[in-house]
Amino acid sequence: MLSYTTRRLLGLLPTLFIIVTFAFFMMRMAPGGPFDSNRHLPPEIERNVEAAYNLDKPVYQQYLIYLDKLAHFDLGPSYKTKDFTVGELIAAGLPVSVKLGTAAMVIAIVFGIALGTVAALHQNKASDYSVMMLAMVGITIPTFVTAPILTLIFGVYGVDFLGMNLTLPVGGWQGGALRNMILPVTVLALPQIAIVARLVRGSTIEVLRSNFVRTARAKGLPAHVILLRHVLHASLLPLVSYLGPAVATLLTGSLIVEQIFGIPGIGRYFVQASLNRDYTLMMGVIVVYAVMVIGLNLAADLLYAVLDPRVTYKR
Amino acid sequence: MADPIFEVRNLDVRFTTHDGEIRAVKNVSFDVAAAECLGVVGESGSGKSQLFLATMGLLSSNGRATGSVKYRGKEILGLSQRKLNRFRGSHVTMIFQDPLTSLTPHMTLGEQIMEGLRVHSHVPREEAEKRAVEILEIVRIPEARQRMLQYPHEMSGGMRQRAMIAMATVCGPDLLIADEPTTALDVTVQAQILEIMRELKTELKTSIVMISHDMGVIAGIADRVQVMREGEIVESGAVEDIFYRPRHAYTKVLIDSMPRLDKAEDTAAARSAIAPDAVKLLDVVDLKVHFPVNAAAWITKPLRAVDGVSFTLRQGETLGIVGESGCGKSTLARAILQLLPRTDGTVVWLGRDLDAHRKDDMRKLRKELQIVFQDPLASLDPRRTVGQSIAEPLTALMPLLSRAEVSQRVARMMTRVGLDPVWINRYPHEFSGGQNQRVGVARAMIVEPKLVICDEAVSALDVSIQAQIVELIADLQAQTGMSLIFISHDLAIVRRLSHRVMVLYMGQVVELADREAIYADPRHPYTKALISAVPVPDPKIERARKRAKLTGDLPSPLDSRAPLTFLKSKIINDPNAEQYRPKLLQVAPGHLVAEYDEVI
Repeated sequence: MLSYTTRRLLGLLPTLFIIVTFAFFMMRMAPGGPFDSNRHLPPEIERNVEAAYNLDKPVYQQYLIYLDKLAHFDLGPSYKTKDFTVGELIAAGLPVSVKLGTAAMVIAIVFGIALGTVAALHQNKASDYSVMMLAMVGITIPTFVTAPILTLIFGVYGVDFLGMNLTLPVGGWQGGALRNMILPVTVLALPQIAIVARLVRGSTIEVLRSNFVRTARAKGLPAHVILLRHVLHASLLPLVSYLGPAVATLLTGSLIVEQIFGIPGIGRYFVQASLNRDYTLMMGVIVVYAVMVIGLNLAADLLYAVLDPRVTYKR
Repeated sequence: MADPIFEVRNLDVRFTTHDGEIRAVKNVSFDVAAAECLGVVGESGSGKSQLFLATMGLLSSNGRATGSVKYRGKEILGLSQRKLNRFRGSHVTMIFQDPLTSLTPHMTLGEQIMEGLRVHSHVPREEAEKRAVEILEIVRIPEARQRMLQYPHEMSGGMRQRAMIAMATVCGPDLLIADEPTTALDVTVQAQILEIMRELKTELKTSIVMISHDMGVIAGIADRVQVMREGEIVESGAVEDIFYRPRHAYTKVLIDSMPRLDKAEDTAAARSAIAPDAVKLLDVVDLKVHFPVNAAAWITKPLRAVDGVSFTLRQGETLGIVGESGCGKSTLARAILQLLPRTDGTVVWLGRDLDAHRKDDMRKLRKELQIVFQDPLASLDPRRTVGQSIAEPLTALMPLLSRAEVSQRVARMMTRVGLDPVWINRYPHEFSGGQNQRVGVARAMIVEPKLVICDEAVSALDVSIQAQIVELIADLQAQTGMSLIFISHDLAIVRRLSHRVMVLYMGQVVELADREAIYADPRHPYTKALISAVPVPDPKIERARKRAKLTGDLPSPLDSRAPLTFLKSKIINDPNAEQYRPKLLQVAPGHLVAEYDEVI
């Protein structure tokens, strides 16, 4: 297992190299540059600025310089957000996105598993159908619809419940205050709850039909013991494979939700950087995202091996 | 009869399906007395498993049982799961056919044995552990304490089934229902499991219901027998009455279609004589197939699936290849057919070395060498009609035939294998297992091959169907003069068809001889053990038999010492060492036996 993990980690480097190379040249193929939107500068000054950022050199040289810096964990200065390096910007934005994403994922896992299992246990009954219908709704309605609606209800109109004022802020982060997190986390979690619930329902139904569950029933075990000890463990395995990439997506920030609620996460850098041709910031976000996706997929695979004793990773 | 502990009256089992309601069990009534063994025999689809699943409240959700099931006078049918659990798993227990899928994969053996005990008897953990170790020793699982920490996939099939039995007996049940407990196991392992179950009956006074399709298994253990067919009990009675004085025609069919090793062969007609001047078709010399297997992180070891096998085959001859799972018999077949690359050795076909053949030569060769696989349904393309499947080798290997000619030949072939040619446009799922295997035979035979390899071709079929397919293959051989390699774990079936028999153990030949010599005068201890492990459908003989026993599991094929199990005196005690290879000695003309220790 150790050697497997090492090999997978080593395999990360070539993958990352390909991603960086591809992204670098793709971006340069797009028209425009980081300073095009500035007031017209005198040609000499423009040349000086470009020279300062090595933008006057041929693209392949810029690429090699970037690779060299990247190898030293230097993501470079941001072209547009003056006085900040890309590293500093990401260090400021990433924790916010991670906090938001983790909260949403935990909620999605807890509610998704619960709803999916309940639906599976009552297969083809009313409770099953209603859970699955809600899940379908959760998957099909995009976040840019749920976010404004929830904002309208809880933020703009406000809710008075038994004299308690449940009005929530419509945006802002305030250092991650609970009141500010409720709405964006809910919006992010809803479709994930739906996906997890459907996934868990399917695998649970399959496990409930398996021979070893029949054996457990033949042993005369109470229903809750069968469910917790024999069924859940096996039925959650497919979820682990799904969670790897899903967690990466949530942790690295949801563009739309961060934009709507004005949250200073890493997601908005994506949009801003690509619109502004802020090459280094864009590349930095891509690298962070790639490392997270690869790392979390590896984590999911290793977790799978821990949960299923039949899976061993050799070589 | 003494007080019955289990009474079933007018039991009906119905399933609601898309095609309407299916009545799987029809108005069945019977008793099980204390400390007796009731054998329940029937072929697939006879409802024998559903009957007992129903009594245990284990039917699938679309099933419904009506009637009455009483355990010690108390009605248990239709009880809530909670009330049922008061004796399900403690007083009445059940074990199943496939021990791998029937054990929870993510729980250790110890946890799975102890949980039943702790739920039913509320004993503390240490006490449960002690009882679990005791019961594991009763079912002869060595090193019980270490085994308790293992997961099911880390054990062999035989060990798993023993673990299932341990699990089902740890609470000291009155009644153990065993649903085909040995069907998925090798014969020598089956003999060990049956031995353990006989002990449970005599020593612990547990009543046993033994559900099986195998009359031999039933003969060895049952006191009373009931024969089931299409959901009904067609005959029931004491074991001697059923076997020696069967009244129902179906019982007679079941007994008669069992090939028997203890009786002189009465199906000599099944084999045609070989012409004395028959040409040598196939000459296999020192064939080896090794697979690289990851033993540790960076080390691969060869798994010697086939390790130096030599034999010849003449025109019209049938060679039977027997051995237990993992002995390399299927790998050997695939290597001969060039479906697998061989590591070493030569295969000479009609005087031509097959290594020298090129791809287009191989195509021609495919016309002369064909194979019939084990699982008839899985080896046919479900999206093609049987007519298309049968015609495929013809269109691939003889592309010049006109379409009319092809369909004519397919129709003729279908008639020859006993299929009505009007079924030509049916799909495999519309056929029974036996009919599908006829399709498999037709597909192999349509190009008029010189050699057909049957790889466990009848193993998945019911006994009565098995007999029909064996007859069919023998008839076709008599008509066409083809040669056969008949691979099976079932020694009785092999005897019916073969001229010569080769016994494989761990990829090596341990005995090769004429059919009469192998069965009448086996020399090698492994051959003896194999033959004596085959159950005989005759209660008196089966109970009186002395068995040449093999104890324990098959050794790991990765251990280079494994093939020397019967020649321990030559073992170099290092699992990675290059070991001595037992020589094949000629003990009589045409009778080769591998070296073995006289006293093990």
